[in-house]
Amino acid sequence: MTNANDYKWRRDKDGMGVWEHRGKVAIVGQGHSPVDRRWDGVSMDKTLGAYSMLACQKAMDEAGVTADQIDGVICCDSHIAGPSGGSASKWAPRPYFAPPYDSEWGLTLVNAQWLIKNMGLKNVKFAPTGLPTISEMVGMAAQAVGDGLCTTCLMIYPCGNLEGRYRRGGENADDYAKGARQWTVPWGNHGGNDFINIFPHEQYCRKYGGQHDDLAPFVINQHKNGMLTPWGFNATHGIDPITVDDYVNSRFILRPLRIWDCDRPVQTSTALLFTTADRAKDMKQKPVYVLNHNQYNFKKRSTQESLDEIELWTDTAAKRMYEGAGLQPKDVDIFNPYDGYSIMTQFYLEAFQWHGVKRGDALKFYAGDISVKGPHPFSSSGGNLGTGRTRSAMYTDSIEQLRGTAGARQVTVRAETALAAFTTPSNGGWIMLGKHPS
Amino acid sequence: MPKLIPVADESSKPFWDAVNAKRLLLQHCGACNKLQYPPQATCQKCNKGDQLTWKEVQGKGHIAAAITIEDGRLNRRMADMPYNLAMVTLDEDPSVNFYANLPGTPPYKVPVGAAVEVTFEEVAPGQLIHEWRVV
Repeated sequence: MTNANDYKWRRDKDGMGVWEHRGKVAIVGQGHSPVDRRWDGVSMDKTLGAYSMLACQKAMDEAGVTADQIDGVICCDSHIAGPSGGSASKWAPRPYFAPPYDSEWGLTLVNAQWLIKNMGLKNVKFAPTGLPTISEMVGMAAQAVGDGLCTTCLMIYPCGNLEGRYRRGGENADDYAKGARQWTVPWGNHGGNDFINIFPHEQYCRKYGGQHDDLAPFVINQHKNGMLTPWGFNATHGIDPITVDDYVNSRFILRPLRIWDCDRPVQTSTALLFTTADRAKDMKQKPVYVLNHNQYNFKKRSTQESLDEIELWTDTAAKRMYEGAGLQPKDVDIFNPYDGYSIMTQFYLEAFQWHGVKRGDALKFYAGDISVKGPHPFSSSGGNLGTGRTRSAMYTDSIEQLRGTAGARQVTVRAETALAAFTTPSNGGWIMLGKHPS
Repeated sequence: MPKLIPVADESSKPFWDAVNAKRLLLQHCGACNKLQYPPQATCQKCNKGDQLTWKEVQGKGHIAAAITIEDGRLNRRMADMPYNLAMVTLDEDPSVNFYANLPGTPPYKVPVGAAVEVTFEEVAPGQLIHEWRVV
């Protein structure tokens, strides 16, 4: 099978111009498995593998595509409560189960090869290995279809969570700090997006004015939007939206980071179906077109990312995206940035200047009307904070907003373009979607 | 509880050997006149490795930002919580930064912006780590 490293698919440089496949690739199906808090270790119909196959089937059914039509499968191995789970995450209950769950595969790990075998996908000709996360996989799927490596491509993002795994055990239980961890864990930084962003966030508040708890309106709005997302964890588990009092009285994790600033690790899987714009015309769903994708892997100067680095990186990401899509900030209707920790979202909002928000303006913007029915329906997906750590709500909400099928979340402003991402400030990527191909 | 013990590798051994001798030694690129930490195989700026040498620095810095770890995940540090985690910039090159627990400064009392100086703390017999203390 093709290795991702062998295929030059990334759009990760300045000055690449408008994407050569702009409007020629479409998303025609999406599927979510249920979103559970954890796998119970018993229910074989709720494993990460079973949920990934279910998500694929839903995406195919939505598009009206059969298994024999699938010729591309893009799936990273797994993310058990996030890669920062590290060695603590990758162990399933022992002894293993009957096939296909007789190893870690299907339990803590899922990839294209496992799905092809267990779903009986017989006509797959493109199934790369060694893949990164959803933010880059959506770009790879779009590029692969545009380049003609496949025509009907499933992109799957398995995101698992097993009892007792979340950052517990493994290297976090070790007495020693090896490799890159020798520079961080002796002082207490065990890694993750929370540590990456909390220091720049603290610098942000001092540079521009404002307090950490000024994030409360944003976090609360994410919970509200999450309750309007029927498949999400909050909606399916009756999680009451939080109040300002709840937020400002909640416990700290990395003070000033509070528990409500953190997303909830879940057991789920999401699939998206990409095809050519031409083929999309014959499918069941109204196509949503890919207008651009981009990626980046910025290297920090030293041990800890600083605010000025993050502002530079996110500015660069925004510039590349707008250039490749041939659009400007004023052209973007739906904006679904990553919120896996609430403390980073302002960096993206200001870099992309959505609805005119400039550096230092985000906390004031959050204090205004950002509801889905208002003039600035920011993060209409509810993100990870509102749906659980699916890392996919940003994409599926964008698709539904452009289709006009977002239900109670449907915005009342124009919905013809959408920007979505799961990304850290330094690593990941964005995708720009359009209701129309041009 | 003691802090986690760093394990030196080929690229970091000169650094940790110096720390164990209570000296702070950083990589320096002769071509770029740039300090670099953590150590890497090549200069981050010019991407060359042939002019990287080790240079002792004064160990003076400032606190750029700080948080308090109240719910961390490191078994070895559980009993320490809550504890400070600060980002310290080096005065000789503020683009170089370090983590610090700021021994002597109580949690929630970190004077962001204050001057600090390097100190050394034993985490295992014969193994020191570099820490920073408010001056």
